[in-house]
Amino acid sequence: MTLPTSIPPMGQREKLLEMSSVDKVFNGNVVALKDMNLTVNQGDFISLLGPSGCGKSTALRLISGLMRPTSGHINWEGGQDTGDLGVVFQEPTLMPWATVEQNVWLPFRLRGKSLADVRDEIIWALKMVGLEKFQKSYPRELSGGMKMRVSIARALVTEPRLILMDEPFAALDEITRHKLNNDLLELRDKLKCTVIFVTHSVFESVFLSDRIVVMAARPGRVSSEVTVDAPYPRTEEFRTSANYADLCRKASDALHGAMNEHGERASA
Amino acid sequence: MSSTDMNTAPLVDEEELRYARAQKREKIAKWVLPVVVISFAIFMWDRVVVWNEIPHYILPGPGLVIETLIKDWAMLSSALVVTLKITLAALAVAVIGGVGLAILFTQSRYFEMSFYPFAVILQVTPVVSIAPLIFIYVDNRLAGLLLCAWIVAFFPILSNTTLGLNSTDHNLRDLYKIYGATRWQRLRYLQLPTALPYFLGGLRIAGGLSLIGAVVAEYVAGTGGIGSGLAFRILEAGYRLNIPRMFAALLLIAATGVVIFTAASLLSHLLLHKWHESAIKRES
Repeated sequence: MTLPTSIPPMGQREKLLEMSSVDKVFNGNVVALKDMNLTVNQGDFISLLGPSGCGKSTALRLISGLMRPTSGHINWEGGQDTGDLGVVFQEPTLMPWATVEQNVWLPFRLRGKSLADVRDEIIWALKMVGLEKFQKSYPRELSGGMKMRVSIARALVTEPRLILMDEPFAALDEITRHKLNNDLLELRDKLKCTVIFVTHSVFESVFLSDRIVVMAARPGRVSSEVTVDAPYPRTEEFRTSANYADLCRKASDALHGAMNEHGERASA
Repeated sequence: MSSTDMNTAPLVDEEELRYARAQKREKIAKWVLPVVVISFAIFMWDRVVVWNEIPHYILPGPGLVIETLIKDWAMLSSALVVTLKITLAALAVAVIGGVGLAILFTQSRYFEMSFYPFAVILQVTPVVSIAPLIFIYVDNRLAGLLLCAWIVAFFPILSNTTLGLNSTDHNLRDLYKIYGATRWQRLRYLQLPTALPYFLGGLRIAGGLSLIGAVVAEYVAGTGGIGSGLAFRILEAGYRLNIPRMFAALLLIAATGVVIFTAASLLSHLLLHKWHESAIKRES
């Protein structure tokens, strides 16, 4: 799948995926996700922001195909194959017995391609995350941030149409997290890829995304959407700008709105 | 960690130095202590025999045991070969059977539910009590011995490998699913490597157990058959009150056990030292 050469402004992007009235019910009575509608366009950087139990991870699992919706549909434009998706979890999720390059090879290996056949792609992906010198290292020899980079390289090695990230930097320290946030945006700028990013950090979601989907809990549902209309590239300067602070307040208000919505429901 | 960031004269940290000295001492003691203690024990054994003038048909001294070992080497070494053959064959069959069953178990929960109880029953029933039956039903003595040793040895491999195959990281499992991995790919690239350290732990236990199984089976098989393994020699020497030869045969069995354990540990180190926590030396 070839990636677009540039990201058009919001409103002019082509549709990539659509979730329409998706419900997910566990054990017959726990409603994990209720009537979720979401259109993902090519080039979107969408954050799913919300308190725990709001169904953001469930939404991600539904999109990744690990679960099927109880009702409703998830439709990919032009159908979907296994190379369309890259996934990054909260843990690096590397195979400890395999070297860095063997780990990045995994998506290709599972499609029957030999390491030699896809060496160029692997080196390209490792270069993207700045780890081309660590091809032969084992995961245990790397720091937490570097392991995460390998995990990202593995997610993008097939040049997927959509990258799903489930709180990927939540377990890292603040400094490493900022660095990886910057690098992720740089990557997105180079690859023009589409990202859905699950987080419970308002600041992270504002810094990274152009759309924040705010979710509420019990039942998990979409509460509102905040558009972050700050231009890319976003750098450390953006992080300290007044605009950033304003946007964070806006997102934060939306999040509190989502939590109160739940509160009203509970008291009613 | 780095000792100092100063580029002036090197700083000396008393605590670090003490720590380094303690480490060095420990490294030497690790080899010297066992050798010294064992030598002392053998020496005391010898002294006790000499001082109390214990007759050699009650307790032979270590010198006499070694002498007997050399004198009877022809007979004892061929007995050792018989026992070794049974032990190693039983271990090999235990590995194949244990790993094979474990793989079948993880491929089908229903298969596991159906057959796991059999494995447990075989394991908890003492082999000495099944062995006489086995020798009634199995004509071939060698096959009977092998079967006994296998029953003892295969369970740790089966249970450890099953545990290992089921211990895969759940995120990795999801990832394999997302990338459309087949059952075979998941087994080969994910489950088997995950299970390797568990399997090797089981192998270390099974190595010793297959020797025990072989020896016990030989005892039960007794003098009636082709029995010319070490256990048979011990029995035979016992009947003749040839205590030094009993000790010599015992020494060979113990040595065999140590060699098997060492070999399994070495294999484990070779396969795991690059990546597994158990084989990695940490600083501090």
